[in-house]
Amino acid sequence: MHHKTIAELAAGLRARTFSSRELTQHYLERIARLDPGLNSYITVAANAALAAADAADARLDAGDAGPLTGIPIAHKDIFCTNGIRTSCGSRMLDNFIAPYDATVVERLGAAGAVVLGKTNMDEFAMGSSNETSFYGPVRNPWDQTRVPGGSSGGSAAAVAGRLCAAATGTDTGGSIRQPAAFCGITGIKPTYGRCSRWGMIAFASSLDQAGAMARSAEDAAALLGAMAGFDSRDSTSVDRAVPDYGAELGGDIRGLKIGLPKEYFGEGLDAGVAASVQQAIDHYRRLGASVHDISLPNASLSVPVYYVVAPAECSSNLARFDGVRFGHRCAEPRDLEDLYKRSRAEGFGAEVQRRIMIGTYALSAGYYDAYYLKAQQIRHLISDDFRRAFEQVDVIMGPTAPTTAFALGAKTDDPVAMYLNDIYTIATNLAGLPGLSLPVEPVAGLPVGLQIIGNYFDEGRLLNVAHALQRETDWHLRTPDGFA
Amino acid sequence: MQWETVIGLEIHTQLATESKIFSGAATAFGAEPNTQACAVDLGLPGVLPVLNQGAVQRAVRFGRAIGAEIAPRSVFARKNYFYPDLPKGYQISQFELPVVGRGQVEIVLDDGRVKVIGVTRAHLEEDAGKSLHEDFPGSGGGMTGIDLNRAGTPLLEIVSEPDMRSPEEAVAYARKIHQLVRWIGISDGNMQEGSFRVDANISLRPKGQQAFGTRAEIKNINSFRFLQKALEFEIERQTDILEDGGTVVQETRLYDASKDETRSMRSKEEANDYRYFPDPDLLPLELDDAFIDDATHDLPELPDAMRHRFAAQYGLSDYDASLLTASLAMAHYFEAVVDRCGDAKLAANWINGALAAALNKDDRDIAGSQVSAAQLAGLIARIQDDTISGKIAKQVFDAMWAEGADADTVIEARGLKQITDSGAIEAMIDGIIAANPGQLAQYRAGKEKLFGFFVGQVMKQSQGKANPQQVNAILKAKLAGE
Repeated sequence: MHHKTIAELAAGLRARTFSSRELTQHYLERIARLDPGLNSYITVAANAALAAADAADARLDAGDAGPLTGIPIAHKDIFCTNGIRTSCGSRMLDNFIAPYDATVVERLGAAGAVVLGKTNMDEFAMGSSNETSFYGPVRNPWDQTRVPGGSSGGSAAAVAGRLCAAATGTDTGGSIRQPAAFCGITGIKPTYGRCSRWGMIAFASSLDQAGAMARSAEDAAALLGAMAGFDSRDSTSVDRAVPDYGAELGGDIRGLKIGLPKEYFGEGLDAGVAASVQQAIDHYRRLGASVHDISLPNASLSVPVYYVVAPAECSSNLARFDGVRFGHRCAEPRDLEDLYKRSRAEGFGAEVQRRIMIGTYALSAGYYDAYYLKAQQIRHLISDDFRRAFEQVDVIMGPTAPTTAFALGAKTDDPVAMYLNDIYTIATNLAGLPGLSLPVEPVAGLPVGLQIIGNYFDEGRLLNVAHALQRETDWHLRTPDGFA
Repeated sequence: MQWETVIGLEIHTQLATESKIFSGAATAFGAEPNTQACAVDLGLPGVLPVLNQGAVQRAVRFGRAIGAEIAPRSVFARKNYFYPDLPKGYQISQFELPVVGRGQVEIVLDDGRVKVIGVTRAHLEEDAGKSLHEDFPGSGGGMTGIDLNRAGTPLLEIVSEPDMRSPEEAVAYARKIHQLVRWIGISDGNMQEGSFRVDANISLRPKGQQAFGTRAEIKNINSFRFLQKALEFEIERQTDILEDGGTVVQETRLYDASKDETRSMRSKEEANDYRYFPDPDLLPLELDDAFIDDATHDLPELPDAMRHRFAAQYGLSDYDASLLTASLAMAHYFEAVVDRCGDAKLAANWINGALAAALNKDDRDIAGSQVSAAQLAGLIARIQDDTISGKIAKQVFDAMWAEGADADTVIEARGLKQITDSGAIEAMIDGIIAANPGQLAQYRAGKEKLFGFFVGQVMKQSQGKANPQQVNAILKAKLAGE
């Protein structure tokens, strides 16, 4: 059952070949059996899931079902869920139960999706390996000595291990696409403003965006379509109709102009990854696309710009975790300052503390102009690079990450090496553009991601381009050993 | 040395919106602690601010009322600092690009002098919550309660130029802004409830020097009297320091009304680095002409314009006109009286005199006046038609105030109608002259100031009701033996 696509599952449910309760129980059983090795879930909400499944079955019986009704999914533990703990991978929120649903959760719930639980993640989404989680690292189902990527590593591993039909993720600098690449699944980060950020715990507000993680572009389209759309509770969400992404799949890609930025194929890119990506691009050429060399001259500045902007915003966003109203509070505070210092020192892990300090420094009097303001200026230049590129081409392709999944612990002592993992994904967040990663030919048994970057609100095109390759290939259908 | 005082004010006025500036929670005053704080006000994880357009409209009205430029694009910024009653760890405010730019207001001083005070800017921001250190129930020791009802209440911070040179000017300016925000209906201006709070920046410099001295900022003054006293204290304190050859420290001070002194809260070195940056959760605020027109089309005639008009149209002094335009309700009252009685000067005298005194005594504002505009006009009409004299009229007014009655009712009930029957006055005078032969003889011998004695006798006998002009004329003739 867990090998079926969302469309196939929905058809089975509608035909009442199996019930949502049976399907949900099937996934819960797989989680119980297989997740202890992966650690992809922080919280499994079995009872709530079964209750939701029963409600979905009632809708299905009544013939009042949508494409996601009764489909078991998982939410990254960054999305607030009414009544189910939302930890954000942090000790700080180990005891936090939100009294509201994130808009994304609410919409998927309204569509009838069944929530199996909350997936593991880097603490407050800060990390590229899922090793900063308070709840321990997630292991990559393809090789459990390796990381799944991050920060949406739990969602990626759960989808890859078939521990849910699909999952939500968030992407601030590559946190959907890089773990999607490492785990051999399809993940899409839509245009900034496409999905509401209401109820999604903020890391870097101007970069954060929710997206879909699934086995295929087709499944991702179904999930994204239900998540996206304007929300009056988020001033940065965009009031623009959501297309029927599923209906755009299968469109002809002949004549598609693909741009290959030379900056994405240079030093630092693993040769095997480069070859796989090239092979996929050749496939597109055979499907009738044309390939063009382009340049994103400021791409090399993405990582330094990001590591000013994102920490600056996070230093302010995470100020509310002060031990006063909710979350972790130190024992027996002596006074207010002690309450603040110890609650935050105990509640936040090392990487979160590092970024808060970097961001606080970057915003300080006397440094603001040199760091934050300069970074914002370069951000405009990076956006301009893309704007010019999209005057020539329809989509931009390249590797999602420079390597395949690395070993657990390999980069935990070297933050900069860790940060460079997102070198190809960060620029799209800085520009607010949509990006997608889909699996291509693995290297040494490990998945490789092809990244497709589109123009603003071109999610439909990205999904269709990914789908065109997935109709011809079976990389996305492969299952890790032990998860069949 | 002669020192010159330089004062600038930052006034926080609460905008009278139903809901908060970035959430849907109510802003009503006096609710049980934390019952008017929603997830956004509490700063729970994942919540986002959405700007209340009603707050923007009110800010725009203020901008228009002080002749300021309304910024077509302004930006909300985060002011970062930790405090338990600041739920998010930052206050959303406007920093580099405020919604209201430079404008000005006129103040009228007690000596009638008119002075223009510049307003540097006005910006929108959210209020913080309240820390309850003293009255927290069950606080045996060291506990502080947090009430977040006020968190997220919309404020307009109005920043003046350092244009004031005395506590009197500062108070006049603060009163002017207070008058204006209520006049244009953007704030209730209730100072007891914290809807209107003043921070005062004050420094001294040698008279004639251009450069400003080092300033102290006195925070959170919530009455005009305290503003006056705090500034007076501060002038004395800074003068003493400077006279002794010392230097004033740049710092934030608090005014303690119970001790009538200011004391240091934190110095510049201890000051927070607020790490302002544009709030990524809110788009820049872009205002087009349609929005501005919609927000301002129903603005009433503004107080300065009305004051100028009153002075010109009714021939009043600037000072009288400024009293009559202290509030929109007062101005409407005045014009209603004038409309009915047609005598602006008489109306102004009565309103600024007897009525103002009565209001002041009973601590009421014009809306709570015991004597309506129609009633006051009725009283003035009885003066105009000689039913009563000006002197009796004061007596009638006091009775009207006490009883809420019309002038005619009071005059009738108390028999205060003026005696204008010359026969009756003559008869009274004849009797008085007959009863005072000695005084009559002295008068006729040239002691003319005895005329006053006879007038007094007539008024006494008539209980003040005899028409004074008639009494004078008849008495003069009779005493002359005509």
